[in-house]
Amino acid sequence: MPDRLAPPASAASRLSAEGIALTYDRTEVISELSVHIPDGGFTVIIGPNACGKSTLLRGLSRLLAPARGQVVLDGRSISRYPAKEVARRLGLLPQSAIAPEGITVADLVARGRYPYQHLVRQWSPQDERAVARALEDTATTELAERQVDELSGGQRQRVWVAMVLAQQTDLLLLDEPTTYLDVAHQIELMELFSDLHAAGRTVVAVLHDLNQAARYATHVIAMREGRILAEGPPREVITSARVEAVFGLPNVVIADPVTGGPLVVPRGGRAPSTAPPDAVHGEVPAAPVPSAAGEGR
Amino acid sequence: MSAGPDLARRPLRRAEGRLPLRRGPISLVLRPRALIVAGILLAVICLLTVVALGSGTYRLAPAEVLEVLRGGGRPMDRTVVLQWRLPRAVAAVALGALLGISGGLFQTVTRNPLASPDILGLANGAFTGMLLTLVLVSSSWPLLSAGAVLGGAATALLIWALARTGGVQGFRLIVVGIGVSAMLASLNTWMLLQIELETAMFAAAWGAGTLNGLTAPPVIGAVLCAVPLLAVLAVLGPSLRQLDLGDDMAAASGVRPARVRSAALLIAVALVSLATAVIGPVSFIALAAPQIARRLARAPHLSPMLSGLTGAALLLLSDLVAEHLLPLLARTREAVAAALPALAAHLPAGPAPVPLPAGVVTVSVGGLYLVLTLIQEIRRRA
Repeated sequence: MPDRLAPPASAASRLSAEGIALTYDRTEVISELSVHIPDGGFTVIIGPNACGKSTLLRGLSRLLAPARGQVVLDGRSISRYPAKEVARRLGLLPQSAIAPEGITVADLVARGRYPYQHLVRQWSPQDERAVARALEDTATTELAERQVDELSGGQRQRVWVAMVLAQQTDLLLLDEPTTYLDVAHQIELMELFSDLHAAGRTVVAVLHDLNQAARYATHVIAMREGRILAEGPPREVITSARVEAVFGLPNVVIADPVTGGPLVVPRGGRAPSTAPPDAVHGEVPAAPVPSAAGEGR
Repeated sequence: MSAGPDLARRPLRRAEGRLPLRRGPISLVLRPRALIVAGILLAVICLLTVVALGSGTYRLAPAEVLEVLRGGGRPMDRTVVLQWRLPRAVAAVALGALLGISGGLFQTVTRNPLASPDILGLANGAFTGMLLTLVLVSSSWPLLSAGAVLGGAATALLIWALARTGGVQGFRLIVVGIGVSAMLASLNTWMLLQIELETAMFAAAWGAGTLNGLTAPPVIGAVLCAVPLLAVLAVLGPSLRQLDLGDDMAAASGVRPARVRSAALLIAVALVSLATAVIGPVSFIALAAPQIARRLARAPHLSPMLSGLTGAALLLLSDLVAEHLLPLLARTREAVAAALPALAAHLPAGPAPVPLPAGVVTVSVGGLYLVLTLIQEIRRRA
């Protein structure tokens, strides 16, 4: 069983998985997994490549139907909703979004209104307001008439976020939203997600960067080989021993000089001086003793 | 980066030339640029139709053609225009539109400008179905059409079965399609060699893709079958646009990609088979029309309406050229010979002044188009 370091998620969790098995390309990536996404939280799923974190996100967002078990959204199995109804409750930014050639920012964001439109309701005043709001919230209003092809990677990603925001859902699922961006743009986006969370949305993101997870998440889910090894507040989940258990990475965890939260520093590399590696950063208390050592196993 | 509400709203109204029309709970979106392009295409189609109705051995001036269309004109003019030439022009417009729409659907669903029913061999497959019907069952039009539709559908299934593991968006689909197409073409040739000469001549002319000798009933039949399919397509439109964003993004915004894609492909296969059943495998209209339409509209989405209009104009033009090119050459030659008798002996004999199958023209023009597209593609990647 995974370590449940936080008090058990309240029964009011809008999105949860109950004993789901997820199969991808005929391989069972997840065979039995249950999880409650805390309402109003910023949940970050971490884990090594191929641990099933993106698969879990696809399962939670109905992109992948579980072979067993069920995903429950607002008290009902997600597979029982009409597709558009799910899209009005839950927004997902997948990794593989494609911007059609020559599309403008405003038009791309407007595509996020699809779940609210039908044959004789193609572009209502609400659609227009939602798009304007989404552009504003992502600071892309000035880009509205530009073509998406012309934008930088960071701008483009913000535009995709705007499209998902135009769906006006309180639940936001993000699949590796910062991959391929340079570090400044990564932080810019993480700040954006943090703002969206602060504005009351429940955010779930799959991330590669442990330190971003530690800094921005309110709830961390650590996965390995299709199972949840630990979940809870970052301070309790991101410990030296667990990072080693999850990623197989020798490391020290120190206090983040900016936030005071955990900061993972990998071991290895060559020290610039002759001093032994541990002594180099002597002024920082080395690794708040891996108190949770072995806890995960 | 704060923007006042006015600033935020202004660009939206102009985005993609979106022009909302609202009345109560109903709101429709018009896209002026697409409408202008559609208007221009319609004008071109009307112009070409008038030219087509007036051309031939019995020539009529555009004014005379218009007079007939308004319900007047001499009896002879009326017979020539309304009974001889109009069915053919209408067929070119209607079936060209079906081919264009079908090609656009294939290209949208596969996200590949080369994936069109002619390249994939569906037209050849429909011809195979038609030949089998002709040899084994009967030569009545409804049955031949049914045979062609079945042939097209069977070919689509075969290609899907062979290319399945690569998904419909893979390169594999194109390669498998080209292979199946070549195989069916040889099968068709072999069948033509096996059957009686008279049947084979009829079938072979049809097999090149032609509007020569067309009568109204099969055209009307094809159009009647296509109308409900086009109605379904109109409902599918917004979901198809959403598929442009990638399957995951489309699914996340409330589309069921597999369902939409299957429906669109079914419609596309049916449309191309219906057209092929009447005029034979006319290549390149389905391939080129959507891309030409996209360039004209400069829109991110391939609009079925514009693909259809472009297909109609292309087939009408091709047929016009096919029908009148050789007779025109012959007339030119006679005129030159009459004006300069000294030169007459040196002029080449030239082919007989007979109408060509439209398919010959589309293959020649389409071949050029394909070469240009490939060169452009290679330049872009180099």
